[in-house]
This record gives sequence, C-alpha cells and structure tokens, in this order.
Amino acid sequence: MGLYLLKRALYTLPMLLGVLTLVFVLVRIVPGDPAIVIMGDNATAQALAELRTRLGLDLPIWRQYIVFMGDVLTGDLGRSLVTNRPVLADVAAVLPYTIELTVTSLALGIVTGVPLGILAARKRDGVLDWVARLVSLAGLSFPAFISAILLLLFFSIQLGWFPVLSRAYPLDEPVERLKSLALPAINLGLIMMAYITRVTRSSMLKALSEDYMRTARAKGVPGFYVIWRHGFRNVLIPVITVIGLYFGVLMGNSVLTEIVFNRPGLGKLIISALDKRDYTMLQGLMVIYAFIIAIVNLATDLAYGFVDPRVKAK
Amino acid sequence: MNAAQSAPGALPALAVEGLTASLRLGGTWYDAVRDVSFQIAEGETLALVGESGCGKSLTAMAIMGLLPDKIGRMSAGTVTAGERRISGLTEKQMEKIRGDAVGMIFQEPMSSLNPVLRVGFQIAESLIYHRDMSRRAASKRALELMELVRIPAAAQRFRAYPHEFSGGMRQRVMIALALACSPRVLIADEPTTALDVTVQAQVLDLLRGLQDEHGLGILLITHNLGVVASNAQRVMVMYGGDVVESAPVGAFFANPQHPYSAALMSAMPRVDRATEDLNPIPGQVPSLQEMPAGCRYQGRCPLRVAKCAERPPLVAVSEGPHHLARCWVKAPPPGEGA
Ligand SMILES: Nc1ncnc2c1ncn2[C@@H]1O[C@H](COP(=O)(O)OP(=O)(O)OP(=O)(O)O)[C@@H](O)[C@H]1O
Ligand SMILES: [Mg+2]
Repeated sequence: MGLYLLKRALYTLPMLLGVLTLVFVLVRIVPGDPAIVIMGDNATAQALAELRTRLGLDLPIWRQYIVFMGDVLTGDLGRSLVTNRPVLADVAAVLPYTIELTVTSLALGIVTGVPLGILAARKRDGVLDWVARLVSLAGLSFPAFISAILLLLFFSIQLGWFPVLSRAYPLDEPVERLKSLALPAINLGLIMMAYITRVTRSSMLKALSEDYMRTARAKGVPGFYVIWRHGFRNVLIPVITVIGLYFGVLMGNSVLTEIVFNRPGLGKLIISALDKRDYTMLQGLMVIYAFIIAIVNLATDLAYGFVDPRVKAK
Repeated sequence: MNAAQSAPGALPALAVEGLTASLRLGGTWYDAVRDVSFQIAEGETLALVGESGCGKSLTAMAIMGLLPDKIGRMSAGTVTAGERRISGLTEKQMEKIRGDAVGMIFQEPMSSLNPVLRVGFQIAESLIYHRDMSRRAASKRALELMELVRIPAAAQRFRAYPHEFSGGMRQRVMIALALACSPRVLIADEPTTALDVTVQAQVLDLLRGLQDEHGLGILLITHNLGVVASNAQRVMVMYGGDVVESAPVGAFFANPQHPYSAALMSAMPRVDRATEDLNPIPGQVPSLQEMPAGCRYQGRCPLRVAKCAERPPLVAVSEGPHHLARCWVKAPPPGEGA
C-alpha cells in the first residue's frame, strides 16, 4: 500500500508541473499588456516600466518561466498587486473556510446520496426511486447560485433560522460559525448529493445484475448483506471515481456559493482579484487550485487502493 | 424409480414434481419450463441437456427460488430436498435453504466470485449465516474446504482475491463455497463450459470424488454429451421448456428415442467421426413468444405428423425400464398407434 501510494504520488508530479505550466502560459497569453491592464491607459511610461520590472515581465519568456516555477516550488506566490501582502498569506487566511465548506458539503452529499441511490436501485421504479431521480435531476439542472438564493430566501429571510450575511467567524464562536456554514453547505451538498445519488443508483443497478450477486444469493446470504456487503463494496469504486471527478465542479460551485452567502473563502478572493485585476493573486489562486485538485486526485487513488484489491496488482 | 437409486424407499436427495416456471415478456406470461418432474438419489448425477435457450437454467433457478424478480415465477409444482419441501417458501425462508440444503455453482468462474472480497471469506460466508459460526471458526472450516477441493497452497491463498486465481482454481473455489454447508444436492449449471478441456476434466473429477465421499446428489446442466456420458447416471433432455426424453445414460446413448435427442447426438463432434459427418440441427429453438402449440420440436422435426399439433405426453418407451420420451411417433402412449 505504501509503495502504491508513493507511485501514485510520483505520477501526480508531472501532472502538477503540466498544470503549473498551463497557468503560466494562460496568464501570459491573455491579450493586452498586463502592466497597462493593471495601471490603466493613462499610466506614465515610466510607471509601466517599473511595474514590468517588479513583475519580472521584462525578462525573456524562458527566464520568466524558470523564475515562476522556482517561486512556486519554493512556496512563494508573490505579493498581491492591490494589498501588497503575500498571496499565500491571504490564501491561508481564508482557505480553512473553503475547505470547511467543501468537505462538509461533500460529506453531506455522500451520506445522503449513497443510501438514497442504493435504496432506489433496490426497489426500482418504487417511490424512493422516483424521489432519487427527481432529486438528482433537480440538483443537476439547478444552478448553484439560484438554489443558494432560494435557500437564503426561505431559511434565512422567511424563517430566520440562519444569518443572511455571513462573515469570518473565528473558531471560538463555534455556534455562529456552524450556523453560517449550514446553508452554504446544504446548497453545495444538494448538488453533490445529486451527482452521487445518480452514480450510486446506476452502479447498484448494474451490480444487481452481476453474476457474483447471484452467487451470493445462491449461497443463502440474506438480502441485506447481498446489497451492503456484496453490492456496496463494488458500487464504491465508481462512486469514488465520480467524487474525484466532480470535485472540480464542487470547487467551482463553492465560488458561487461563497459569493451569494458572502462567505470568506477562495471564491471571494478570486472574484475580488478578477475585479481589481490583481494579476499575481489570480495566478497564485490558480496554482492553489491546481494543488488542491492534485491532492484530491491522490486521495482518490488512495481510496481506490482501499476498496479495489485489483488496483494494487496493476 | 431408478436403477441408480440407493435403498428402495429411501428419500431422494432432490425431488421435483410438475415444475412449471413462467416468464413475463411484454405483459404476457409464458411457460418457459413446463411440467418438469425428476428425482435425484443420493450419490446420483442427473444430467440436464439441451440447446441454448431450452430452459435448463430456468429450471435450476426455479428450484433455487432465484427466478428473476417480477418477471419470473414458479407457477406450478413442488420441490423437495430430502424431507423438506422447499418450494412455495418466502424469500426469508428460502435464504435459509439456499447454500444449506441445496448448493449451486455457475458457468462463469470469472464473474461469479465477488472481485472485492477475499476468497476465504466468500467460502466461509455461508457457514456464518447458516451455521451461526464465528468468523474464526468459519474461516478455519473454509481453509479445510479449500484443501478439500485441492487448491494448492490453500493457507497462503486464503486471503487472496479472485483475480489472483486461474479459471479452474476459481471454479474450485465455487465448489468449495457451494459445498461449505454440506448440502445433499448440488446444482451445477454448466460448471465446466468456460474452462479448457484439461481443467474441465480436473474439475469434473473433483466433483465426482466429492460426490462419492459425501453421497451428494448432482443436477448437472451441460451442453456437452461427452460430459454426460462420463459423469451422469441418468440424462434428461429438454427442448423448449419440455422434458422430451429421460433415460439411464447407457440406454440413452445406445438408443435415443426422441428425434431431438437423436439430432443432438449426431450434431456432437466425436473422435470416431469425421467433422464432415457432423449434422448440426437445422433451425433454432423458437423464442418463447413463437413456441408452437403441441410438440415444441415439430418445426424442426423430420418425423413430424399431423398429431404433433397436440402436445404429446411423456411416456415409457418399450426399449427399456425408466426410459421415457415425449413423442407421438417414437413413444406413442399405450393403445394409440401413431
Ligand atoms: N431474465 C430473462 N428475461 C427474458 N427471457 C429470459 C430470461 N431468462 C431466460 N429467458 C428465456 O427463457 C428461455 C430459457 O432460458 P434458459 O436460460 O433457461 O436457457 P438455458 O437452457 O439455460 O440456455 P443456455 O444453454 O444458453 O444457458 C430462453 O428462451 C430465454 O430467452
Ligand atoms: Mg443456462
């Protein structure tokens, strides 16, 4: 297992380098001179030249690449053009909020979506199956910011159960912090639930027709265990794939959700960086996202290793 | 009833009486297996043969109570294992029977084992449910079973997963898990069809050995008449869900009565016959919706007569004791000439 993980981690490296290169290229092929974009049209030539030097834009492109890679790999993401604070410090300040939100909503999606999908498959075309299909259809077709607004309108404004506007509650206000987490997490959780329900249901339907399920029944395994021991373990494999795959979707939706709920997090950081053309901040955020996705991929691989014995053999 | 049966009056290991299994296709129920009756004595092997789609697997599934949910049902008949009636039970009751009174193994050793569970556990599992054994005790017994089915280095491979086994070894695992609770009957649905010839022979040898030791009754479903000849005492031929012939193996090969049996035999490759002389049966088994009334083989039968539009009864042929056939021409009921 240790060896397997090490191997997967090594495979992640080239991917990460590729993504970093992509970020580098993307930032540079955006039309327009970044210095002008940042400072506006009426900046003096001297101010522009100074900014270019500060950003390293006066270096040849290959030098820029080496500097960029070197900085990223030594953990230096530069300073915000707006606040002049280190990008990493700004990110570190809000990252816990984004992690808290995504992890909670992922957990919500799993604990609701997996059982719902399995029960739906078990009683195909039954009431639960229709519920499951409706839920996943709704979750997949509803844009995250619309459901967020609906949740706000109903639970915060109509019922007053949760705060309308959130802010960065520190950990020593746990009740407030949880309350401000609830609606955003439910909002994202519903979307994850939709994806997870759908893949669980279809994988379980497939598993139910597998020969090994018939074998389990033929040796007298009670129905409950046929489903949860023989079917579920196999269903987990595609479910993990989907979770890994849709983690990107989750990150994207978390941006929208953070904006609607006015939650601190990477989402707000990204929007304000876009708004203020904070070019180093944007570049830094893309790097951070690349690392997050790489870590999620690694975690997915690790999870495979746990549930699918055939993986280790490869 | 039969020469191979042990003491007269002893209960058969498995008795099936008038079994009819129906499938619902497009809103209509069709009898896919009609009025099948047979008995298997302890230590006896009954072979069930017939082309693909003749209802062999459905017969087995009906006995196991494993007909497909909603679209399948056993519409008539009784099944008795030893003195226990095992038909008409609830699913909960059937769970206690399956794997305990009756074991079953399947054709595809590749897909019939759960890929994510350890082989040892899959063998031990039925002991845990049926015998209330602790995991530990069940594992110990499972290891003995792996040795019994002659899996080499059983102790090391106990914790292995199915993908680490070859096809023949997996089929041994299947046999071990089917026999874990010492059922008196084993239903083997084409247990060796997916294996190559040498492995096939090894697996059949193993089954025969276990049968002799434990007095197991076996229902052996197969396409292969060679397997029938060397493994079974009696044979039952199915066509379109009907039993068309039932006979002791010797009498069957010496003197097949039903035209379908004869056709099967001349379609079988044999060492003493050139491949050019093979006679594949023209046409194919009609689908359930297209089944003709009366004799179901009439569409492909060279001996067809007007009477075939009526369903012939399964009656004894004059050739010998316990030799039955369902054919107006070859096996006319007493008092009725064809
Ligand atoms: N789940 C099902 N749905 C629809 N039709 C079915 C189903 N199972 C079996 N049948 C039909 O019932 C008939 C008998 O099938 P069965 O599986 O018993 O054949 P078989 O004799 O075992 O054939 P094979 O040698 O291919 O295993 C066939 O016509 C088949 O198409
Ligand atoms: Mg079959």
